[in-house]
Amino acid sequence: MAKPKLKPALEILLKCPTGIKGLDEVTGGGLPKGRPTLVCGGTGCGKTLLAMEFLVRGATEYDEPGVFMSFEERSEELTKNFASLGFDLDEMAARDKLVLDYVHIDRSEIEVSGEYDLQGLFIRLGHAIESIGAKRVVLDTIETLFSGFTDEVILRAELKRLFGFLKEKGVSAVITGEQGERSLTRYGLEEYVADCVIFLNHKVDQQIATRRLRVVKYRGSAHGTNEYPFLIDEQGFSVMPISSIGLDHAASSERVSSGIPRLDTMLGAKGYYRGSSVLVTGTAGTGKSSMAAHFVDAACRRGERCLYFAFEESRNQIIRNMRSIGLDLEQWVNKGLLEFRNSRPTLYGLEMHLVTMHKAIERFQPAIVVVDPISNLIAAASDMEVKSMLSRLIDFLKMKGITALCTDLTSAGGSLERTDVGISSLMDTWLLLQVLEGSGERNRGLYILKSRGMEHSNQVREYRLTDNGATLLDVYVGSGGVLTGAGRVAQESREKAETLERNLEIERKQRDIERKKAVIEAQIAALRTSFEAEKEDLERAIARETLHQKALVEETLEMARSRKSDAVAPPKGNSAKAGKRGRK
Amino acid sequence: MTGPAKARAPRKGKAADAEKAWQLRLYVAGQTPKSLTAFANLKRICEEYLEGKYRIEVIDLMVNPQLAKGDQILALPTLVRRLPDPMKKIIGDLSNTERVLVGLDIKPLA
Repeated sequence: MAKPKLKPALEILLKCPTGIKGLDEVTGGGLPKGRPTLVCGGTGCGKTLLAMEFLVRGATEYDEPGVFMSFEERSEELTKNFASLGFDLDEMAARDKLVLDYVHIDRSEIEVSGEYDLQGLFIRLGHAIESIGAKRVVLDTIETLFSGFTDEVILRAELKRLFGFLKEKGVSAVITGEQGERSLTRYGLEEYVADCVIFLNHKVDQQIATRRLRVVKYRGSAHGTNEYPFLIDEQGFSVMPISSIGLDHAASSERVSSGIPRLDTMLGAKGYYRGSSVLVTGTAGTGKSSMAAHFVDAACRRGERCLYFAFEESRNQIIRNMRSIGLDLEQWVNKGLLEFRNSRPTLYGLEMHLVTMHKAIERFQPAIVVVDPISNLIAAASDMEVKSMLSRLIDFLKMKGITALCTDLTSAGGSLERTDVGISSLMDTWLLLQVLEGSGERNRGLYILKSRGMEHSNQVREYRLTDNGATLLDVYVGSGGVLTGAGRVAQESREKAETLERNLEIERKQRDIERKKAVIEAQIAALRTSFEAEKEDLERAIARETLHQKALVEETLEMARSRKSDAVAPPKGNSAKAGKRGRK
Repeated sequence: MTGPAKARAPRKGKAADAEKAWQLRLYVAGQTPKSLTAFANLKRICEEYLEGKYRIEVIDLMVNPQLAKGDQILALPTLVRRLPDPMKKIIGDLSNTERVLVGLDIKPLA
C-alpha cells in the first residue's frame, strides 16, 4: 500500500518547512524557500488557515517572522478567528514576529483617471517585510485585486512584477486563490506562480465531508502526488501523508502475551510479536471484544499504555461487559493506563477518523492500540477507502512499534476467511473465531489462520467465556472432527469411564495374584502338616524298634547267664549289640 | 512638481476657512513621470475649478512607506479627497479631467 518513501531533494532546492503536520512529508521538506507557492481551492476549504499556520509555525518554530497581507478579512477579524485555534496574533505582532496588514479594496470608492500601477502595494509589502525582517509572506487572496481594478492588462503586468518582487525579496510566499470553473484559480494565478501549486478540496460524499490536499506541481522537487486527506481542528491543520510511509519499519522480536495463557502456547508459546498487527475476525457473538479486552488487560498489568478505539459500544458498556468475564478494566482507566475513544463511525468521514486516531495516538503514546471493530468503519465510506485508510493506519502503527489488535465482524453467510474490508494481507497474525455447530449446539472455536514469523498451533480449539475470563479447552477429536460442547462433554465422560474400567481390571488382577499366593501358601502349610505327622509316626516306629532290640539283647544276656556258658560282656552301645546280633 | 514635500496652492487673499474646504492628498512614489504628470494635472484642475479653496498634500511613499496603510493605498499615483466628506479616491495620472471631476464630485462650471 505504501508508496516509495519520498527522498529529500538534493540541496539544489532549499525548502522552507511549514511546520504543518504532514505537509512537510508530502512536499519532502516544505515549500520552496524564497519562492511563491500558490494555494488554491474552493470556498471554505482552509486556504487562509493553511497560509496563516505557515506563518505562525514559521515564526514560533523556525524563527522566521512573517507578513500576512489580507485582502478579505480585517486584521481584527483574523485575530479573533485564529484565537479559537490557539494562535495569539496580537501577541506575536507585539513581539515583531508577525505583521497583519489588511488591504481594503472597494471599487465604489475608486475612480480611475489615467495610467497607474500598483507600486503602493509593493511599497506597503516591502515596508512590512523590512519592519520585522520577514522571511515569509502570505497574500490572501490576491485575486480580490481583480474586483477592485478593472484594467486587467495593468493588473496582470503588476502581478507578474509582484511575484518577481517577492522572489527578489527572498521571502517564501504563500498566495491563495479561489478555485475557478475550469482552472485552478479564477483569474489564472497559476500562470505566475510556477514553482509550487497546492490544491485544497472539500468534497461531500454521502453526507460526509472530507477535506483533501494535493500537490499539483512542485518544480524541481519530488512530491507525493496523491490526494491527501487533511483535517482542521482546534490544533490547526494536519495533513495525513500516510501513504508516503515506506515499508521499512523495524521489526521487534519481543513477544507480548495475548492475555490468554493457552493462546500464547498456541502462538509459539510466547504470544504475539510486539509491533505486529493482529486481526481477530468472527461472526457476531464469537467473543472478539473479549479477546481484545484480555489483550488490553494483560498489557495494563505489565504497565503498558493502551488506547481502545470503540466504534460500537460506549466505554461504560465495555467495562461492564468485561467485568462479567472477570476483567476489571476500570482500574486501568483510573490508573491512566487505558483510554477509551468511543465514536460513531458515521460521526465524520474516514479521514477524520484516521486523523483523530493519529492525534490520539500521538498524544497518548500507547504501546497497544485496539480498534473494535474495523468493519464498522465501512459505514462511513466505501470498501476501497476503508482499506486504504486501514493500511495507512496499520503502517503508521508499525512505524511507531505499536502492537495493534483489530477486530472484524464477518457477516454471516460470507466466507469466514474473508474480511469485509480485505485487509487480512496487512495483518501479521490472524485469529479466527468461529461458531462450531453440531449436536444441536453452537460453540465457540478458535484457530490461528496465520501468524507470520512463528510456529503456531494448527489446531481448532474450543474457547469458552467463563467468569474467570476466556479459556481454551482441551481438544477432543471425534469421528466428525473436533468435538465441542456436549459432544466434548460426552467424550470426556466416555474417556473417564474407560479409565475407570482399566483401573478396575488392574485391581482385579492384583487381587488374583493375592489369591493365588494365598492358595499356594495354604498348600505349603498342608504339606508341612502331613510331613510333620509322617515324621512323628516314623520316629515313633524307630523308638519302638529300638526298645524291641534292647529287650532282645536283655533276653539273650539272661539266657547266657543262665547257661553260664560264656563270659558276658556288659551291654554297651549299638555296635556291640549289632556285633552280638550279627554273631548270633 | 516642485518636490515631494508639501505644496500649497497659492493664496489669493481669500478667507482662511475656504482654504480648508478642499483637502487633497496625492500619494506618489518618487519623482516618476507618472507622479509628475499627476501633480501637474491636479494642480491645473484645482486652479481651474477650486481656486483658492484647496490644499494639496503630496506624500512620497518612498520616503514614508508606513503612510500607505492609513489611506489604504495600493495603486499609484492616488489622489485622496480627505475633505469634504466622504473620502474619495482617484487613481491614475489624472490625465482624464472629466473623470477627476466626477471622482472629486466637482460640478463643472456650467
